[in-house]
Amino acid sequence: MNLTSAALDRHGLRPDLAAIADWIAPGSRVLDLGCGDGVLLDHLQHAKGCSGYGVEIDDAQVLACAHRGVDVIQQNIEAGLDMFAGSRFDVVVLSMAIQATQHTERVLREMSQVGLEGIVSFPNFGHWTHAMSILRGRMPMSREMPYQWYDTPNLHLSTPLDFEDLLDKLGLVVTRRGYMANGQPIRFLPGLRCTQAIYRFRSR
Amino acid sequence: MTDSVGVTTPQRLRFDAPLALSSGASIDQYELVYETYGRLNEARSNAVLVCHALNASHHVAGVSASDDKDIGWWDNMVGPGKAVDTERFFVIGVNNLGSCFGSTGPMSPNPATGKPYGPDFPVVTVEDWVNAQARLADALGIARFAAVIGGSLGGMQALAWSTLYPDRLSHCVAIATAPRLSAQNIAFNEVARRAIVTDPDFHGGRFYDFDTVPARGLQVARMIGHITYLSDDTMAERFGRTLRRPAQDASLGNSYQFTFDVEFEIESYLRYQGEKFSRYFDANTYLLITRALDYFDPARDHDGDLAAALAPARCDFLLASFSTDWRFAPERSREIVAALLANRRRVTYAEIDAPHGHDAFLLDDSRYHALMKAYFDRIATGLAA
Repeated sequence: MNLTSAALDRHGLRPDLAAIADWIAPGSRVLDLGCGDGVLLDHLQHAKGCSGYGVEIDDAQVLACAHRGVDVIQQNIEAGLDMFAGSRFDVVVLSMAIQATQHTERVLREMSQVGLEGIVSFPNFGHWTHAMSILRGRMPMSREMPYQWYDTPNLHLSTPLDFEDLLDKLGLVVTRRGYMANGQPIRFLPGLRCTQAIYRFRSR
Repeated sequence: MTDSVGVTTPQRLRFDAPLALSSGASIDQYELVYETYGRLNEARSNAVLVCHALNASHHVAGVSASDDKDIGWWDNMVGPGKAVDTERFFVIGVNNLGSCFGSTGPMSPNPATGKPYGPDFPVVTVEDWVNAQARLADALGIARFAAVIGGSLGGMQALAWSTLYPDRLSHCVAIATAPRLSAQNIAFNEVARRAIVTDPDFHGGRFYDFDTVPARGLQVARMIGHITYLSDDTMAERFGRTLRRPAQDASLGNSYQFTFDVEFEIESYLRYQGEKFSRYFDANTYLLITRALDYFDPARDHDGDLAAALAPARCDFLLASFSTDWRFAPERSREIVAALLANRRRVTYAEIDAPHGHDAFLLDDSRYHALMKAYFDRIATGLAA
């Protein structure tokens, strides 16, 4: 959600969305929370025969989804996922938005209730450049977190280790991890070197 | 007016096969008045049915041939280049059975007596209307609508279409609607009905025989209805506590008159709306249509399970609600959306932040209209596929 279009894959997807799309099995029923303009679902529908809905609060993004022919439910995800209680999804996605949620635990818990699996991507606050920035006495800013400290939607920034702790606390188990920087996968020292982390999880 | 469908003339169709009604009664013969805009394509696949709400009619768009001030009630939505684009869609507006704009209703002669039906006109339901509309579709050679669309009570008809005739529509577009009335909704309807039936000029519904109309009852009914169509904010903004001071009475200044005459602008406005309404709307029709609203409750036959009630639906859905609508608040639309999600139907739902209350569905809000246009683009794309 905070990313520019600097690095898009061949489908025009943001790198983290492309990675998420790779993790989703063809034909899955997908709920994309904070779906933005619906680009991920659009891709999943056309390339992988998936179905599902986006959830988005912003009027302009809702309209963008409608233009794409992506079904969208206009709602604040913080208001709870009660509307989806009667339906089951194979995957519930929350891409680059969890750091802006207020009730982060509840969102994760509800994701795991509505879907068989959840996929979350978020900016890594522990990236080494951030540490450098703080050593210089400055709050970090990056492509993934392009905001001034006094004007940011981000409430709950974390590192991959922090995030894993929370999943564990909520009784959720990680089924896959992915780390990226500049659109490329990171394997060595991901906690310091990745700018984005992607997790797939399910209930224990 | 290049974006208008232009001058429109209603058409009339007579049906002689009896129509069985939800009440168990039936109506042996009836006429439906309708208007059409645009052209039915060769595949007969581009028809859109527009269902009207309480006080509207078949005259959806354009200017009435008989009255150049009579602009269709959804003219901002339906026309060339508009959201429901008549260059692409063949749009049908139909006046419902029991209404008072030309289709058979309480004002029509009862074949049994030769006099107006009045109170003897059978109570009709949303489902009865939909059945009658389906017969109109048969007569027009439309096996399947690209979309059935309506706001408020019209949205209920669109919903009913999706379950009564699941194979006869590709999209259901239901705006500012509800899956059933709340007790509060019914209460408002009952106040309106009591105002009408207790008017001495009502004569048990046979006022036609007395050459009068229960105008006072209708006025109060309309006033109470109108309050529920507007948001508190709209009323505050448009009227506030401004005193009614006609130009000729400028001397009155800003002091209270200490009478029960019109003192505030809002009173004047409501009275004006009530009087205007009582001049053209039939009192028996008001009773009938508010009752149809009360009775609508598709979940009733399914132990209150709306998802079970909507299970037969096969079409895609667009629902929209308006943030300040307290008559059919967004929560009511969300109930429908949740039921459709449980049924794995394709559904798009927009909650439009508009200040105008329930009336917003009739108004030209840019976000609302842009969404409708985008959705009808999708419908049109589906036609081409």
